[in-house]
Amino acid sequence: MESILFLAHSQSDGTLPKSALEALSAALEVAGKMSGGGLSVGLIGDNIQGAADAIAACGAQKFLAVEGPEFSVSRYGSDAAAAEALVRQSGATLVLAPGTSRFSRSLPGVNQRLNGRIETHVSGLDCAGDTLKLQRWYYRKRMEATLTRSQRPWFVLVDAGVFPVWEGEAGSANLEKVEVALDDDCKRTQVVGVEAPTSDAQTIRPDAELLFVAGAGWTKKQADGEIHLKDAENLILGFLQKSKASLGSSKSLVDQSCEGEAVLTFMSHLNQVGQTGATPRHPKGLATCCHGEEPHVVGWRFINERRAISIDPNCGWAIGKADVLYVADAFEVIAKVNEILES
Amino acid sequence: MSAEYHIVVCGSVVPDPLQTLAPMQGPTGPGLKNELMLPAVLDPFAAHSLYEAADLAKKNPGSKIWLVSLGNKMKLQQLMMTIAQKVSFELVALDGSASGFTDSFEVAEVLAGAIENIAGLDRSKLLLFGGCSSASRDAGVTLQMIGERLGLVNQFLAVDKLTSEDGGNLRILERIEGGEYQVSTCSGPPAVMGWATGNLPEPPNNPQVGMANMRTIMPALQKATASQVGAAGMTFEKVELPSQQRKTRIVKDTPVEEIAREIVAWIKG
Repeated sequence: MESILFLAHSQSDGTLPKSALEALSAALEVAGKMSGGGLSVGLIGDNIQGAADAIAACGAQKFLAVEGPEFSVSRYGSDAAAAEALVRQSGATLVLAPGTSRFSRSLPGVNQRLNGRIETHVSGLDCAGDTLKLQRWYYRKRMEATLTRSQRPWFVLVDAGVFPVWEGEAGSANLEKVEVALDDDCKRTQVVGVEAPTSDAQTIRPDAELLFVAGAGWTKKQADGEIHLKDAENLILGFLQKSKASLGSSKSLVDQSCEGEAVLTFMSHLNQVGQTGATPRHPKGLATCCHGEEPHVVGWRFINERRAISIDPNCGWAIGKADVLYVADAFEVIAKVNEILES
Repeated sequence: MSAEYHIVVCGSVVPDPLQTLAPMQGPTGPGLKNELMLPAVLDPFAAHSLYEAADLAKKNPGSKIWLVSLGNKMKLQQLMMTIAQKVSFELVALDGSASGFTDSFEVAEVLAGAIENIAGLDRSKLLLFGGCSSASRDAGVTLQMIGERLGLVNQFLAVDKLTSEDGGNLRILERIEGGEYQVSTCSGPPAVMGWATGNLPEPPNNPQVGMANMRTIMPALQKATASQVGAAGMTFEKVELPSQQRKTRIVKDTPVEEIAREIVAWIKG
C-alpha cells in the first residue's frame, strides 16, 4: 500500500504555482486509483496557511508545512532540508511534485538523502492495480518510455501542462508544522532577486496561445543580396507585440550571438527550442525561416497545431511535421500579417 | 583578486543530436539500435560547462580542471580526439555504459566515487560542474545526487552565468520559469553548478592543447575503471518512438496577402 505525499512550494505572492495545482490533480488521480492510497500534502514557504486553505478541499488526510522566511526563497539548502523533513514526517513512499525550477534543483538531492529514486519530466501516469506506471521521454523527447520501479521512496516530478489544474473550493486547512533548523552551510547561498535576460523585450511567454519560432534565415542575405537585420527585428517584435506570442528560436540563430555574427538583439539562449533548448507547450506554433529536421521536431513535440513559412517547398523540417507549409518570403508575409493585426 | 578553483566537470558521450535514433530491447533492458556505431559527441550541456570551466580557470590562475567521464572506453577515446584540443583538463575515465536507460542513482554513485578518489583534489576549492541535464536520460538529477554524496549543499541548476567576485563570492544566474533568471550569491566554493548553455562559444581547436592533454588522457583511458551501472529496480514496459508524421498541406503560388489573412484567421481562431 502506497502512502502518497503531494509536495509543493508557494510563490512570492504566497499562492501555489499553476504547475503545483496540476501536480495535485495527478496526485489525486493516483491516490484515487490505488487501494488505500492515503494522500498527504506537504507545503514549503513563508505564511503558507493561505496556500493550504486554497487546496483545503482536495481531500488530503493531512497538511504538513515547513514555514518561515528562510523557506520563502528558492535555494537548494533550505528547500532540500524542508522537503526531506516533510517526506520523513509523512512516511511517504510516493512523492509527487511539480517540476518547477525550484524542485528540479532540490528534490534529486533529497532523493539521495532518503536513498530513494527519482523520475523527472513525467508526462503521464497510470495505475495497473497498485502498480504505478509512468511515462517520460528519453534522448531529449525523441523516444517515450513507460516504466515502473520497485524502490521507495519514489519521487515523481510532473511536467507542466500535462494534467488539468485542480479546481476546488477554498477552506480551512489544519496545518501541522514541521520544524527544520538550517545550518550555516545551507545559508551560504543568498538569493539576491530575479532579473530578465538582457534583451529589448520580454519575449518568452509560457502561457501564450502561440509559439513563434524564428530561424537563422532571418539573418541571412535576402533576395536583394543584402542582410536586413533591423527589418527582421522590427517585424518579429511587431508580430510578438500584436499577437502576444512567445518567441522561440533555432539553435543556429542563438549560437550566432556567441560566434560574433549578425544577431537579433533580443534573442538569447533562453529562446532556444529543440534538443539543446526548451520543449515548450503551446496550442499553436508558427515557424519562420527554419531549416533542419531532427532537432526541430523535438522543439515542437508539444505544439498541437503547427504551421511554417519557408521559401523551400521541400523543407525537411516542415514536410510531414507541420500541418501547413506556406511557401513564401517570411519578411513579406509577417509584414502583411502585422498590418492586418494592426488594423 | 583571483581565487583558485578545483573544477570537476562531469560529462559523457551522447549520440550526435543530428542522428536518427531508434530504441531496441537488449538482454539487460532497452538501448539504442547500433548504439556503439552512432557518431557521438560530448553531451551538449556538459560541453558548455567544460567551456565555462576553462574560462573560469583562465581568469583564476592556479585553478585546475578534471573531466570525469563515464562511457564506453573506445567511444571516450574517439571523443577525446576532438575535445582534448579545445580545453586543458585531466581526464578521469570510467569504462561503463553511457546509455540514457541506466539509473541516475547508480551513475551518481559511480561518479561520486571517482571524484572522491581524485588525487590532489582540494574539496574546499571544489566546483562541481556538469550539464543541467543530459541529452540521453535528460532527467537533470545526477549532478545534485553527486553533490549530496560529496556533502555539497550549495547547488545551482540551469546556470547561464557564474562570476567570481572580489572577496571570493560567486554570483550565479540560474534559469527559472518565464524566461527569467534567479540571481544568487554564494560565499565561494564548494558548490555545484549544473550549467545550461552559458554564454561562451565552442573554443577553437588548439593542437598544442591537444598534445599536452594527450599525455595524461591516454594513460587515464588505459587505467579506466570498469564500472557497472544499470537500472536495478526499474522495469521498462515499453520504449517507443512517437508517431510524428503529419499530412502537410503545401500552400504555394499564393499572394502574400491571402497567406497573411489565412495566418491571422488561424491565430485568432
